[in-house]
Amino acid sequence: MKIGVPKEIHEGEKRVATTPEAADKIIKLGFEMCIESGAGSLANISDEAYREAGVTILPDAKAVWKEADIIMKVRAPERHPELAIDEVEFMRPGQHLISFIWPAQNEQLMQQLAAKNATVLAMDSVPRMSRAQKMDALSSMANIAGYRAVVEAAQHFGRFFTGQITAAGKVPPAKVLVIGAGVAGLAAIGTAKSLGAIVRAFDTRPEVKEQIESMDAEFLMLDFQEDGSGSGGYAKTMSKEFIEAEMALFARQAMEVDIIITTALIPGKPAPELITAGMVKSMKPGSVIVDLAAEQGGNCALTEKDRIVVKHDVTIIGYTNLPSRLANQSSQLYATNLRHLLSDLCPGKDGVLNVNMEDEVIRGATVIKEGMITWPPPPPKLTGSHKPLTEAPAVEVKAEKPKSLLSQLLPILLAGAAMFGIGAVAPHSFLEHFTVFVLACFIGYQVIWNVSASLHTPLMSVTNAISGIIVIGALLQVSTPDNLVITVLSGVAILIAAINIAGGFLVTRRMLEMFRK
Amino acid sequence: MSQGLVTMSYIAASILFILSLSGLSNQETARRGNYYGMLGMAIAIVATVLGAHVTAYAILAGALLIGGSIGALAASRVEMTQMPELVALMHSLVGMAAVLVGYASFMDHGIVLTGVEETIHELEIYIGIFIGAVTFSGSVIAFGKLCGKITGKPVLLPARHWLNLLLLIATVILGQQFLVSNETGTPIFGNHLFDNSIFNGPVLALLLMTLIALVFGVHMVMAIGGADMPVVVSMLNSYSGWAAAATGFMLSNDLLIVTGALVGSSGAILSYIMCRAMNRHFLSVIAGGFGSVGGGAAAEVEGEIQPIEAEETAQLLRESKNIVIIPGYGMAVAQAQHTVNEITKLLISQGKKVRFAIHPVAGRMPGHMNVLLAEAKVPYDIVLEMDEINADFPEVDVSIVIGANDIVNPSALDDPNSPIAGMPVLECWKSGTTIVMKRSMASGYAGVGNPLFVHENTRMLFGDANDRLQALLKALQE
Repeated sequence: MKIGVPKEIHEGEKRVATTPEAADKIIKLGFEMCIESGAGSLANISDEAYREAGVTILPDAKAVWKEADIIMKVRAPERHPELAIDEVEFMRPGQHLISFIWPAQNEQLMQQLAAKNATVLAMDSVPRMSRAQKMDALSSMANIAGYRAVVEAAQHFGRFFTGQITAAGKVPPAKVLVIGAGVAGLAAIGTAKSLGAIVRAFDTRPEVKEQIESMDAEFLMLDFQEDGSGSGGYAKTMSKEFIEAEMALFARQAMEVDIIITTALIPGKPAPELITAGMVKSMKPGSVIVDLAAEQGGNCALTEKDRIVVKHDVTIIGYTNLPSRLANQSSQLYATNLRHLLSDLCPGKDGVLNVNMEDEVIRGATVIKEGMITWPPPPPKLTGSHKPLTEAPAVEVKAEKPKSLLSQLLPILLAGAAMFGIGAVAPHSFLEHFTVFVLACFIGYQVIWNVSASLHTPLMSVTNAISGIIVIGALLQVSTPDNLVITVLSGVAILIAAINIAGGFLVTRRMLEMFRK
Repeated sequence: MSQGLVTMSYIAASILFILSLSGLSNQETARRGNYYGMLGMAIAIVATVLGAHVTAYAILAGALLIGGSIGALAASRVEMTQMPELVALMHSLVGMAAVLVGYASFMDHGIVLTGVEETIHELEIYIGIFIGAVTFSGSVIAFGKLCGKITGKPVLLPARHWLNLLLLIATVILGQQFLVSNETGTPIFGNHLFDNSIFNGPVLALLLMTLIALVFGVHMVMAIGGADMPVVVSMLNSYSGWAAAATGFMLSNDLLIVTGALVGSSGAILSYIMCRAMNRHFLSVIAGGFGSVGGGAAAEVEGEIQPIEAEETAQLLRESKNIVIIPGYGMAVAQAQHTVNEITKLLISQGKKVRFAIHPVAGRMPGHMNVLLAEAKVPYDIVLEMDEINADFPEVDVSIVIGANDIVNPSALDDPNSPIAGMPVLECWKSGTTIVMKRSMASGYAGVGNPLFVHENTRMLFGDANDRLQALLKALQE
C-alpha cells in the first residue's frame, strides 16, 4: 500500500510526519511512500533527503491525498488556507488516516471522516500501556515540550540557572518550580536540573514522588492525605480542601521561586487554575512562568494562549506549539512513533495494513473503522505505565499438602530405630567416634548456613584443602614396618594429599587477596 | 611427643578448622579464616609426624615436599577462569588418597581387633574405599566436563536408575562376601580361581568393589547436565569430606572424623543452597538428567531479534544513569572481566550508578563470577546478589547481559512447561533496555530457547564478549 505525507497546514506547525530514516524503515515493511514537496523544509529536512531514502516527491497536497492509500499527518485535518478547501474533502472513500485527532474535542471532524468511510487511527488515543510506549506520541511530544519550556524560560529569564562564585561576585542559582510531574514535567525537571537550577516539583499523585526524587529534584509535600491518581496514569480532580492546601503551598512558593513551569492537566477537562493573579503579583520582578496547559485554558490566570505577555513584571509564556519549536527533533520522534505503529499494523511486513481489533493497542488507537466510529474504546485492562509491573509470577506456588502425622513422625522414628540398632550392637570405641562425627556434622551445618554467596568458591577451595587432612591417615600408615606395599601406597597418598593441601590453601589465599572493597 | 600432646594438638587443629570455615562466611574475616585453616593443618601434620609411631621420615618428607610444591605451583599458575576445573581435580585427589589409605589400612595387620570391632573396622575400610573411589571417578568426569573434554550434555543411559540400583546391590553383596571371606579366609563366592595368589578372597572383593564404585561415580556425573555443574562440584566437595571421615573411622582418628564431617556437611549444605537457588530438587540433580521432568512441550520462542552495534550501545550507556551488568559463563570464557572493570570504572567516573547482578548459579561453580570480578578488582560492594537487585530492575535504564542465558530467561517464570520453570532468574527485561552480548543465537546449557532475546526492549550485541566490550570501551572513551 502507498503511504502519503502531506505538508502540515496549521499555522506555525513546522513538524512533518515522517523523516528519511523512518521512511527507509517503513519502505522495508513493504510500503511505498510519497511526500508533498517541501513538507520537511520547516523541520530542516530537504526533498533530496527524502528522495535518497526512496520516497517519491509529489508537487502538491492534492496529488498526495489522491495517490496514497494511507495518509500520515501530525495535526488533524483542517481547512487548507491556500486551496480554501477542507483536507477531509481530499479524502477518498476507504482511505486510512493516521494523525492526532482529539476525537473528544473534534466531534464534527469525526462525523465527516466517518462519512468518508475512512479508517482513522488517532495517535492521541494510543493506550498508555508498557507495550505501546514506543508509539506513544503524546509522551514523546510532552518530553519535547518540557525541554523546550525550560529553554523558553531561560530565554526570558535575566539570570543564570546555575549558581556561581566568580571574581565579579556571587551568582545565586535560579529556583524552578515544576507543577505536574507527568512526562513533560519530568522532562522540564531534568532540563532545569542540568542547567544547574534548584528544582522543586509538585504533583497530586503521591506515586510520582519517587520519580521526582530520582531526577534529583525536591518533591514538595502537602500535609494532606489524598491520592490524585486517576485511571490511565493521569491525574483526577481533587477535593476542595486539598485544593486549598495546594494553593497555599503555591502562594508560598511563588514568593520564593524565579521560574514556574506548569503542566497540570486533567483529561477531558479545562486546565485547573493554580497560579492566581495575586500569586503572579507576589513573584519577584523578572520571574518567568511557562504555562504548558495554555491550550486547555492555562494553569495561570493571566496566561494568554500562544502569546508571551509581561504582567506585574513577570513574563508569562503561553505557547501551545512548543514541540513544533523543536521541529526537527519532534519530527524525528513522531516519525518513529508512527513507524512503530505501522510495524504493529503490518506484522507480515508485506506492505498491507491489518487493523486488528483484537490487539488492545490497535483497538485503542482506532477511532473510526471503515466508517464506523469506534471511539471511545473499552477501558484498557492495564492501568498506567507508571505503576511498577509487579505481576505475580505465572508459576503457581503449589499449595503444600498438610503432612500427615505419620509422615512427620516417620523420619524421627527411623532415626531413632537406627540409633537404637547401632547402640545395641556397636562397641564402645565406635560410639565414641560416632558421637564426635555427629556433633561435627552439626557444627558444619551451623557454620555454613549463613555463608555469603560471593564466597562460595573460596569456601569450597578451603574446604577442599582441609579435606586434605586425609594426609594424617597416610602419615600414620607410612611407617608400618616390613610392608613395602603399605609404605608405597601411603607414600603416594601423602604426595597427592599434599598437592591438595598446598594447592587448596594457596589458591584460596590468591582469591581472597583479590576481594577488596 | 606423647599421645596426650598429640590429642591436644588435634583438638587445637579441629577448633582452627571450625574457625576457618566460619571465617570464610564473611568477606571481612575470610582471609583470617584461610590462615586459621593453614595453621590448623600445620599443627595436625607436625603433631602426627612427631607422634610415637612415625619413623619413615625420609619418604614422608620427600612426599610432602614434592606434593606441596606441585600444589603451590598449580595454585600460582591457574587462571581464575579455570578455578572450577582445578577444584574438581583437587577433589579427585582426595578421593584417590582415601582409596589408597583404605587399601593400606586393610593390609596393615598391626592392630589386632576381634569380634564386632573387627567387623566394624572392615566395614569402615570397605565404605571408605567406596566413597573415595566414587569421589575420584566422579571428580575426574566433572573435571573433563568443566574443561570441555567431555560433552556438557547429560548422558542418559536407558534405565539409569535401575543401573544405579544394580550397582548398589552388587556393592552390598560384595561387601558381605568381603566380610565373610576376610573372617574365614575362604575365597569369595566359593571361587578358587585366584588361590595362592595375592588376589585371594577379600582383596578380590575389594578390587571388584572399587571397580564398581568407579563406574558408579562416572555414571552419576555423566548424567548431570552442564547447568547443574555448580551443584556437582560442591557435592563432590561434600563426598571428599565423607571420604576423609570414613578414613578417620577406620583409623580411629578423631581429627579425621571431625574434619571430614565438617567438610562433608558443609559441602552438602552448599549443594542444598545451590539447588534451592535453582529451584531444583536436590535428589533430582543427583539422579541426573536435565529437562527430563517437563510435562508438556515448552513454548517455542518466536519473534524478531534486534541487533545493535558497540557504538550505539555506547550512546545508550552515555544517556543512562542506572546500569546493571549481568555476567555469565560467556564472560569467563572470553576472559572479559578486566575489560568489564575498565568500562565500569569509566562509567562510574561519569557519575553513573553501575552495579553487578550475580545469579547464584552463574558460571560453572558456586561464586564463580564473584571470583572473576574480584580478580579484575571490581569493588565487591557494587556486586549484588540476585535477591538484592531483582526488585530494582524497573528503575534500571540499561542492563548488560554478558554471555548469560538461562539465568535471565523469562520463561522460567511464565512458561510452566519450560525445563527451567520455577527457577528464580534475574528479571532484567523489566529494565529500560537490555543489551545481550552473545556469540550467536545458540541456546544455553539447558538447551532452552530464551524469549528475552526477542523482547522488544532487548538489543543483541553479537560477537566475542571481550572483542565487543573492547569496542564498547573504545566508543565510550571517544
